[in-house]
Order: sequence, then C-alpha cells, then structure tokens
Amino acid sequence: MTEFVLAAAIGVLSAAGTWLLLRPRTFQVIMGLSLLSYAVNLFIFSMGRLRSGTPPITAKGAERPELYADPTPQALVLTAIVISFALTALFLVVLLASRGATGSDHVDGREPAE
Amino acid sequence: MSSNLLLLVILAAPFLGAAVAAGLPRHARTSAAILSWLVSLVSLVSLAALWPMFADGEVLRLAIPWLPSLGVSLILRLDGLSWIFCALILGIGALVVLYARYYMSPKDPVPRFFSFLLAFMGAMQGVVLSGNLIQLAVFWELTSLFSFLLIGYWHQNPSAREGARMALTVTALGGLCLLVGMILIGSISGSYDLDDVLAAKSVILADPRSVPALALVLMGALTKSAQFPFHFWLPRAMAAPTPVSAYLHSATMVKAGIFLLLRMWPIFGQTELWYFVVAGAGVATLLIGAWCAIFQHDLKGLLAYSTISHLGLIVLLLGLGSPLGAIAAIFHTVNHATFKASLFMAAGIIDHEAGTRDMRKLSGLYRFMPITGTLAIVAAAAMAGVPLLNGFLSKEMFLAEVVAGSDGHALNAALPVLATLASAFGVLYSLRFILATFFGPPPTALDKVPHEPPAWMRRPVEILVALCLLVGVLPALTVGPFLRSAAVAVLGFDDLPYYSLALWHGFNMPLLLSVLALAGGVAAYAIFGRKLNTNPRGGPWGLKRLNGGYLFEKAMTGIVKGARWVESRLGTERMQPQLRLVVLAALAAGAAAAFAGGVAIRPSWSAPGAAEFVFAGLWLTGGGCAIAAAWQAKYHRLAAVVLMGGAGLVSCITFVWLSAPDLALTQLLVEVVTTVLLLLGLRWLPKRREDIQASQVELARSRRRRRVDLVVAAVVGLALAFVSYAVMTRPMVEGISRFFVERAYSEGGGRNVVNVILVDFRAFDTFGEITVLGIVGLTVLALLRRFRPASDSLPAPNQKQARERTGPVAEGRKAGDAVRDTMLIPRVVMRWMFPFVIVLAVHLFLRGHDLPGGGFAAGVALSIAVLLQYMANGARWVEERLLLRPILWIGWGLTIAAGCGLVAIGFNRPFLTSAFKYVELPLLGRVPLASAVIFDLGVVLLVVGATVLMLVALAHQSLRRAKDDAENEQAEEGA
Repeated sequence: MTEFVLAAAIGVLSAAGTWLLLRPRTFQVIMGLSLLSYAVNLFIFSMGRLRSGTPPITAKGAERPELYADPTPQALVLTAIVISFALTALFLVVLLASRGATGSDHVDGREPAE
Repeated sequence: MSSNLLLLVILAAPFLGAAVAAGLPRHARTSAAILSWLVSLVSLVSLAALWPMFADGEVLRLAIPWLPSLGVSLILRLDGLSWIFCALILGIGALVVLYARYYMSPKDPVPRFFSFLLAFMGAMQGVVLSGNLIQLAVFWELTSLFSFLLIGYWHQNPSAREGARMALTVTALGGLCLLVGMILIGSISGSYDLDDVLAAKSVILADPRSVPALALVLMGALTKSAQFPFHFWLPRAMAAPTPVSAYLHSATMVKAGIFLLLRMWPIFGQTELWYFVVAGAGVATLLIGAWCAIFQHDLKGLLAYSTISHLGLIVLLLGLGSPLGAIAAIFHTVNHATFKASLFMAAGIIDHEAGTRDMRKLSGLYRFMPITGTLAIVAAAAMAGVPLLNGFLSKEMFLAEVVAGSDGHALNAALPVLATLASAFGVLYSLRFILATFFGPPPTALDKVPHEPPAWMRRPVEILVALCLLVGVLPALTVGPFLRSAAVAVLGFDDLPYYSLALWHGFNMPLLLSVLALAGGVAAYAIFGRKLNTNPRGGPWGLKRLNGGYLFEKAMTGIVKGARWVESRLGTERMQPQLRLVVLAALAAGAAAAFAGGVAIRPSWSAPGAAEFVFAGLWLTGGGCAIAAAWQAKYHRLAAVVLMGGAGLVSCITFVWLSAPDLALTQLLVEVVTTVLLLLGLRWLPKRREDIQASQVELARSRRRRRVDLVVAAVVGLALAFVSYAVMTRPMVEGISRFFVERAYSEGGGRNVVNVILVDFRAFDTFGEITVLGIVGLTVLALLRRFRPASDSLPAPNQKQARERTGPVAEGRKAGDAVRDTMLIPRVVMRWMFPFVIVLAVHLFLRGHDLPGGGFAAGVALSIAVLLQYMANGARWVEERLLLRPILWIGWGLTIAAGCGLVAIGFNRPFLTSAFKYVELPLLGRVPLASAVIFDLGVVLLVVGATVLMLVALAHQSLRRAKDDAENEQAEEGA
C-alpha cells in the first residue's frame, strides 16, 4: 500500500505542478516548477523501490547490497534537489528582471491583448 | 621541393592570402593587389614545377587524415585535367588581379575585394584538386558562397544584391543536389575516393540508383554552368565589378560545371540519360544564348549571353559522349577562357574610360583607343571563330564532331544545321560588339572624352590576346602537351583517339560550315545591323515569354509567402501554447514507449498496517497542500509559498520513512533556503486582486484554456502515477548499486554510500554540478545588478508603512519602535544561534562520509546561519560585523575541488581519483582520512558561496532602493 500511496502522491504533485506550469503568471510557473521537481525527485527515488529502516549506511564487514536501500537513485536525487534550488533561484531572478523591464508579470512579457 | 608540399601550397596559398588581405586596412589598395598577385604567382610557379611529374598521365595524390576514425581524409589529387584547370584558375586569376588593381576605385574597400577573390580562387582550386566526392561538393558550395560575396560586392547597389542572391540560390541549390548525388554514388560504389569511384564504373552503371544519382549530379553541373533552363542567373550576375565577371564567367565559376561533367564523363558519358540531358541542355543553351546575345545593348550583357552560348557548346560536346567530343570540349574550355576574359576586360576598360557600356551611346571609339580597339577586335574575332585564332580551331573540332555524329538519334541529324546556325549568330553578335563600339561616327552621348587606359590595365588583355593568336597559329606547340595530358586523364591511355591540332585540315565539311557561318553572320549584320542597334524593345525577338528570372522571382515570393502562411498557422510567440505542446509531446513520447514496450501492473497488496495508514495520512496532507498551492498561487502568493513548503516537508518525511536520511536532510535545508528566496522575491511582484476583472472575452478565453489545461494536468498526473506504480511493484533489476555498496568502504573509505558516490565514485558529476551552481550564482548577481523594479513596487510595502504609523508613542521613543521591539527576543535567539548552526554545519560535513550529512547539507546549513543573521538584524548590521565574500568562496570552492582532482593526475591516475588511509588521531582514535573529504570541502565552499550570493544579492535590492532614494533626496536638497 505504501507504493500505491507514493504513486498517488507523485501523481497529485505532478498534476498540480503541470497545471501551474501552464498558467499565465510567472509566479505560478515558478511554483509549478517547484512542485514538479518534488514529483520528479520522488519518482526517481522510487525507481530504487521502497524500503523502510534500511538506509544505505553500511556496517563494516557487511557490505551486502540486499541489506540496504538502493543508493544510486538517492545520489541522483540529492544532486537534483540542489540543482532544482539553483533553477528556482535563477528563474525567480529572471522573472523579477522581466517584470522590472516589461512592467508585466505575464509569461509573454506583456498583458494579453483584449 | 616535394610534390606534396607544392600541392598543398597551390590549395592553401589562396586561402591564407585571403585571410591576410581581409586584415588589411580599408584603403590599402596597392598592398592588397601586390599580396594577391604574389599569391597567384607563387601558386602558379608551384603548379608549373609539378608539371614534369605527371606529364605522362600519372596522378599525384596527397591524403591528409582528417577524421581517421571515420575513414575521412582530405585528398588532394592532381591529374592532367586538374592541372589544366588549375592553370586557368591561377593564370587568369593573376591577370585579373593585375587588372583589378587599376579597375577598382579607391573609394571602395578594395582589400575586401581581393580577399573574396583569393578565397574564391582557393575554393575553385579545391574543387579541381578534390580526390574525394564529398570534399568536392564542399568546395563546390564554397565557390557558390564566395561568388555570392563577389557578385554582391557593391552591396549598396540593389541589382548587385539581387544578382548575388539569385546566383547563390540557383548554384547553391544545385550544389545541394550535387551533394546528394555524390552521396548516392558513394553508397553505390562503396567509397567516396575519386579513384575508387572511377574504377567502379560497371558497378555504378549496373545499379538502378545510378539514374537518380546522375540526375542530381547533372543538376549541380548544369546550374553552375548556367545551362538552359538555369541560365538566367548569369546575366544578372553582371552587376558585379567587371574583374569579377572576367574571372567568374570565363575561367572559373561556370567552368566548375564543365569540370564536373568532365570528371563524371568516364563513368556516365555513354549512357542514354547523359546524352539526352547533357546534349539536350547544351544545344538549347547554345542557341538561346547566342540568339539573346544578338539583342543586348549592354556590352557585358552581350558577353554574358555569349558566355552562356559557348558553355552550351562545350556541354553539347560533352553530351555527345564521343572521345573526340571530350577533347574538343577541353580545348574549347581553354580557348573560351582566354578570349572571353580578354573581352570582359576590354568591356571594363571601355566602361571605365568612356563612362558607359551601352552600345547605343558608344560609337567610333577606335580613334580614341586604338590599341584597346585592336585587342578587342582580335579577341572578338576569336569568339566568332575566325581562322588563325584559337576560337577557330576548337569550333572546327566542334563542327567536325557534330558532322561525324550526325547519324543515329534524330537530334543528331539536326545538329550540323543547328550548330552552323549558332555559329552564324556568334559571328553576328561579335561583329555587332566591334562595329557598334569602335566604328562609326564619334560618340555624342558620352559624359567624358574616352582615352586609352593606364598601360598596366591593358597588359592583361594584351597577354590574353597574344595567347589567342599563339594558340591559333601554333596549336600543337603551345597547348598540345597540356591538352593531351588532360585528355589522358579523362579518356585513359588506351582509349585516346587520334586527333590533330593542325590549322589546316584540307577542304572538308567542317570548313564549309565555318565559311557558311561566317558569311551568314556578316550578311545578317549587313541586313539587320541597323535595326538591332536601335531595337527599341530591348529584348530578343520571339523569346519574350521565356524569362527564367521572372519565374525565379515568382517562385521565391511564393516560397516566402508559403513560409509566412505556415508560420502564421503553426507558430506562436506565446509561451503557454508552447509549454502545453512540450507537455503534450512528453506525454505522447511516454505513451508511445508504453504502447511499444507494453506496461503491465502487478499489484502487490498486503494488508495495510497502522504504519501504512499514517503514511497515507501524511500524503493526504501533502497532496492537499500541493493542490491548495496550485489553487492559491495566483492571488495569495504567500499562502502558496507556505503550502508548497508543506508539500516539501511531507516529501522530506517520506525520504526519512523510506531509508533516505541524506535526502531528507538536504531537502529540509534546501526547503528553508528556497522559502526565504521566494519570500524575498514576492516584494517585487505586482499586486493581484481577485476583484479586478478582465473583459468578458478574455474571461471566456481563459476559462476555456483552464479547462483544457486541467485535463492535460490530470492526464500527466495519472500517467506518472501509473508508471511509478508499475515500476515500484515489479522486482528490482540488478544495476550498478551492488558495485557501490560493496566498494564504498573498502575502496572509498566511507560507510555512507550516497556520500561516497557523490564525492568519490561519481565525483566528476558532482564537479560539474557545483560548477553549474556557481554559474547560476554569478548569473543571478549579474541579472540583479541591472535590475530596475517596476514603478508600482517602489514604495515601501504596506506592512512597513503600517509599522511606521502605529498609534501613540511613549516618551523617549520613536514611531515604530514598539513594533520593532516585538522582534527583540527572536532577534537575540537568532544571534545566539549563529555559532550553533555553524557547529552543526561542521558536524554535518565531518560525519558526511560515514553518516548522513556531507558537503551539500553542510554548505546549505552554513548559508542558513548567515541568512538568520540577515533576517534578525538586517543587512547593514551583518555586513558591519561579518566579512562576506561569496564570489571568492565560489572561486575557492571550484579551485579546491578541481585541485583535488588534478593531484590525482599528478600521481598518474584519472582526474578526481581519491585516496584514503586510516590514521590514529589523539582522542578520536582510528579514523579513515580520504582525499575525497578535501573535494567535499570544495563543495561546501561553493554551495555556501553560491547560496549566500543569491540571497544577499536579492536582499540588497530593497537596500539599494532606499540608497537611491536617499541620493535623490540629497540631490534635490542640493538643488
């Protein structure tokens, strides 16, 4: 059931993220990207299957993979977390600069024509 | 000198010269000319030095490996045919350079002209020296490009731009066809090497693909050589400076097509398709060109159409497929180059000294410029095919070949008549060229009195005319050996037929036809001459509708219109439809993969325990937060940020729950920093209130869009949920994780496998990643330096204004003090937390190799320590007390990480190899010390530098505003 819950969670996060991504205001898009990155991080993480209480911290002399959770997706997601922070920061500044330069916070840089 | 070096010189010298000439100052007319002259001379001497090495038909080859792994090399190949073309390109090139020195006006950027000219020369050399089909096609396109630049040299002149564009479009399109044809030939014969291809004749002809291959190659050759129906670009190219016309349309550009036909002749020369296309295009061009030339009033226009006609003659000779025809074609190529170059130069001299090229205005120039006149008369006589000149000899050969081949096809029978007719036309326009320009009464419509040109401007014409005469009188002694060597290169030793280069072959059919043509031409001029010279309609009689240029323009506008239409239908500048397309494309790709591979769900449903219900409850909250954040992101940004933080926290707990403590730690810390960042950004966004309503139209549109997007989002969510569930419920496939777990301690010296992967096994990835982080930090800084907030975000926020306004103020206190003091206790707490957070960060860093923690977490924690101080005390207070140099930290972080990797290279190991060993430390006992820890230190420095840089840069925006206001106020007070 844990798998089902996590799959549903990934679905909800990505749906909310996608919906925001398609919205007209830059702040909505930035929120959408953050939600999507949660979803994608969990998705990548789940590729290593779900296990409780078995962090990949090995004990000396017991370096057997079946004892621990899969470390590879975790390493991937760890870098992804930091990179998505950088992405959020960059996009935030770009949207601020665009707002300052165009006066509009619409993703097209101008308010939609009537 | 070795032949290889000489070969390289004749190809590379023009390109080098072009590069140097391009760097000369704008007015350096003479230096550029001397440079170009030297380049052509050096190349010409090198070419002459190569002559003895293969006079007997050897082939010189020089292969320079280029992409050896793909088997591609640059092959220079010199045989008799390439030699004679090289000699034309370089020899006439040298004369054109000399001529251009006097022709070009000092007002133009002449070095640029010479640079283009030399580059074009190099490209032509590349075409004729190519020993590889692809290489040939590449140089072929280069000649198109440089001819475009040369024709459009006077770019201020619209007709030059038009002509250049047309020439480029037609010839480059042909070049693309050629490339495809070459690839086809290469794939049939299995090699792109010219020698292999020539040897594989029977294989190529047996393959059905040889028909499209030949058709495509012919497209290239016929467009380049301005053959009907592609001939229209050549007269338009006359807008170029005359030296360019003299060069491009006598010896080089148009002759590239002839060269290609000659190269392909041994393979395809006897096929049906070749005969119909090549001979058909040739005879049509011969007649149409000659007919149109008769009616031109512009000297260069006449020469242009005459060039088309003579090219048609050569192409027809090649199309006949007989060995003697090929020899005559080579001979006429050389002859045409000499007399046509001299005629173009003469036309340029007339234009230069008389101020016009219009034959209706010109008249009786002979008395003003007798020497130029004599030279032009001789050259025009060669063009008309008068005996004792070179044009006569090759025209004789042409007529003989036409007569000899006049059986078989129906077209053949008509050929002698058509050829004689075209020759008569040639006599007619040559006569008109001379008589209308040099004879008759003195000109009346000229702006200046014509005179002889400078001696050195005439010298190239003199040399060329002398060659016409020499070859015409003593053909076997002058051009004989070169012609033979070229013929051997095309036909081979064994198939070389007997031919005679003598002036007199006795009374025979070709001579009779020649005399007929001469007499016919003279008679026609006597009858129609006056009418032609005044022909008010300008265009040729009977061919008004056959206007390729007009059709070309129509096609071009049609293409542009079509492209605009497609763009208006399929393109958008708006972001939302584009993003939606991206999302849909991703969905489609995923769906296609799912249908192709098949996805099956194997549910594994065990009875849920209490823990599972807690987990489900957790995500009920998290999912709710996410949906609510999506709901509120437009009008309640602060609420949305908080809600998103909720979803982030739940995924954080999920990581703890599912055995990923490192992820949980990093996610938690990054969550803090992201939230602060977003809060800082909120200040600069416009107010958005629900009660402001858009128009009804806009509302309806937006409702429609939202409905579609909701469906798209729901489908994306369902699809991702489905895929992740499908993966999670199937057994694990053995991957690389086993390797990491087994070796983390024994080879990486750490027990935290995730951290060991990051700083040791996959350290190069991490290195790239922190570089990205550093770049983002610097980009943020750069963007914010030029940041100008929108006018409505300028005043202080409402909350701040409210704080200044609060109620009655007690004695001894200022307005706002009360509100400020409510932060007193948090402020003290946050100040005191500074050392503790730093200790926590150091702890996270030190234990990272063995326990959850590591460089990223430590770096973010450190930046939070700094951040807390900013929040509690304000930027000024912090910066008076702390020395923050985030850019320096980024630099050191990268340097340490890279240096750590470079040390490994010093020990002859790959970049970023780590080493570790156990050491006994007092108090701590036996600990492993890995060099990867130093790399991790670099990561810490970089992460803290980049994070602090971004946050501080953003936080400073409010300060800068205040500072600017203060400055403004001061300025106002001063005024």
